Amino acid sequence: MCGIAGLIHRGKSSNVGEELQSMLQALKHRGPDSTGYALYANNDGQNFILRFKVGENVGEGSSSVNEDESVYNERKKTVDKKLSELGAIVVKDEKLTPYSYRYEMKFDKDLMDFSKAIESIESVEILSIGKSLELIKDLGDATAVSERYGLNKVQGTHGIGHARMATESGVDIKSAHPFWGYPFADVSVVHNGQLTNYWNNRRLLENKGMRFMSECDSELIAVFLAERMRNGASLEEGMKESLSGLDGVFTYFVATKDSLGMAKDTMAAKPLVLYESDDLVAMGSEEIAIRSILPQEIDTYDPFDGEVKVWQT
Amino acid sequence: MANLKTGDKKTKAQSMGMHTEVLTGKTQQKFFNPDEAENFFYWGTYDVDFNKRTELDVKNMECKEANNKIDSLMSEGYGTIVIKNPQGKHSLGVGILNKLNLIFEGSLGYFGAGSIDGPMVRVNGRVGWSCAENMMAGKVVIEKNAGSCFGAAIRGGDLVCKGSVGARTGIDQKGGTIIIGGDAGAFTGFMMQRGRIIILGDVGINLGDSMYDGTIYIGGKIGSFGSDAVESPMTKDDMDWLKRKLKVAEIGENFDVSKMTKVVSGKKLWNYDALEPTEKKGAI
Repeated sequence: MCGIAGLIHRGKSSNVGEELQSMLQALKHRGPDSTGYALYANNDGQNFILRFKVGENVGEGSSSVNEDESVYNERKKTVDKKLSELGAIVVKDEKLTPYSYRYEMKFDKDLMDFSKAIESIESVEILSIGKSLELIKDLGDATAVSERYGLNKVQGTHGIGHARMATESGVDIKSAHPFWGYPFADVSVVHNGQLTNYWNNRRLLENKGMRFMSECDSELIAVFLAERMRNGASLEEGMKESLSGLDGVFTYFVATKDSLGMAKDTMAAKPLVLYESDDLVAMGSEEIAIRSILPQEIDTYDPFDGEVKVWQT
Repeated sequence: MANLKTGDKKTKAQSMGMHTEVLTGKTQQKFFNPDEAENFFYWGTYDVDFNKRTELDVKNMECKEANNKIDSLMSEGYGTIVIKNPQGKHSLGVGILNKLNLIFEGSLGYFGAGSIDGPMVRVNGRVGWSCAENMMAGKVVIEKNAGSCFGAAIRGGDLVCKGSVGARTGIDQKGGTIIIGGDAGAFTGFMMQRGRIIILGDVGINLGDSMYDGTIYIGGKIGSFGSDAVESPMTKDDMDWLKRKLKVAEIGENFDVSKMTKVVSGKKLWNYDALEPTEKKGAI
């Protein structure tokens, strides 16, 4: 059992960081192990935002091996060197925790080659690349992660988030959601459920050149959609294909720089409550997530089995 | 405190056609032994006055505290309780084994009004998953939409949703009537064993999948039939009953019931009624 939440403001911006924090905190009972945010912030759109980690949070409950901080620093230096070799110009760099960084950079070449080169460095994982996407995930509940990364002041149009209860893989950042839609800028995915044809699909997709960073079944959705989009499908077409291409039970959200989508499996085995108005769409695994930002009486509903919806900002 | 004397009279469950077989061991049947009737009290029941009305704001309460407060108000004789600001909280109004008018001014989360036996519950909002699960008797009316597993395993009573419901409505239903004013999702009536489901709108795929018994009436389109669910001719009795029921349910009073589709079990998968009572217990 995990909790997912998402919201999109149509035609305006809002404090999406704080809103998503409230929604995910209300779902803490569904997933206390880790929390992740994919926020689409009001950045200037000129530079790429690169978020990456060079190690794991080995706090309480973590399944990762402890490493000395000096190892993280060495890896960071290797990343900087590699960025320079790739022609990326870093205009701003921030160290957020001993193991995670946020860079703003200028880059105009192929993102897939770029990602492969950076992730060839031991234990380095790109969490996200985009011009508005800010993808943050770490151990702890929504409030703890938000405070650690200063998310409650992020202004933006939309976002998705995940409160994770680890079931099929470890309690670590690499298995936490959201997953970046490698190699597409500004694409992220969160998922509630279990996928039963993970290994078959993973083998097929790896043979097509796609990459997996974890053994979390949910990562398959991001890679599945990315592969479809790489072959020319629109986001919505890829999502509709996923209903038959993915086996198991799932409700998932996917976001791009200007849209938010949801898909529910054909057995409707995983919950989702949806609120839709002219200027806001908010959805979550339970109604209390929506009520945390809209306490007044509102009309909500459960999408039906096999339903796919996409909204634009 | 209400005293449920059994005597020669049938218990409520027996008069509704349930518990027809003789059960052995530590069961409710033994608990209802007429010889012990004088010493028997139906736990959790109170003499309440429907004209005695109060309001309860649960905005800052956990569900356990709110449910305890409802119980406390019933013990003081309040027969009409209006709950303010439920705000989608889970498990509100559960385990009420009493006559009571319970009105929620807002939406409920999961498991709302579950395991009830007797109260009239009205929700002026929406409900989440598994509303009224295991209801024995009473009436529950939802003014807006409902989530999945609406009326899971109910044994009796009327459960009404004026809007649309999610998947697996009436899963494992063992009695009572579920009435939906809008559409219903996949697997409606999944493994139902007794009772009736009325859907005025469309239903999703696998309607009545693996149903043992019971009857489903559909007013709109059917996504697909599930295993062992078959169409059956509508009779005059069906139509008369549907008209009465829809009127009582406050929806579809003018609905043309003659155009509804009646769905029953083909009884190919499991001939439930051919079983001996002891076998039925094992099957369940």
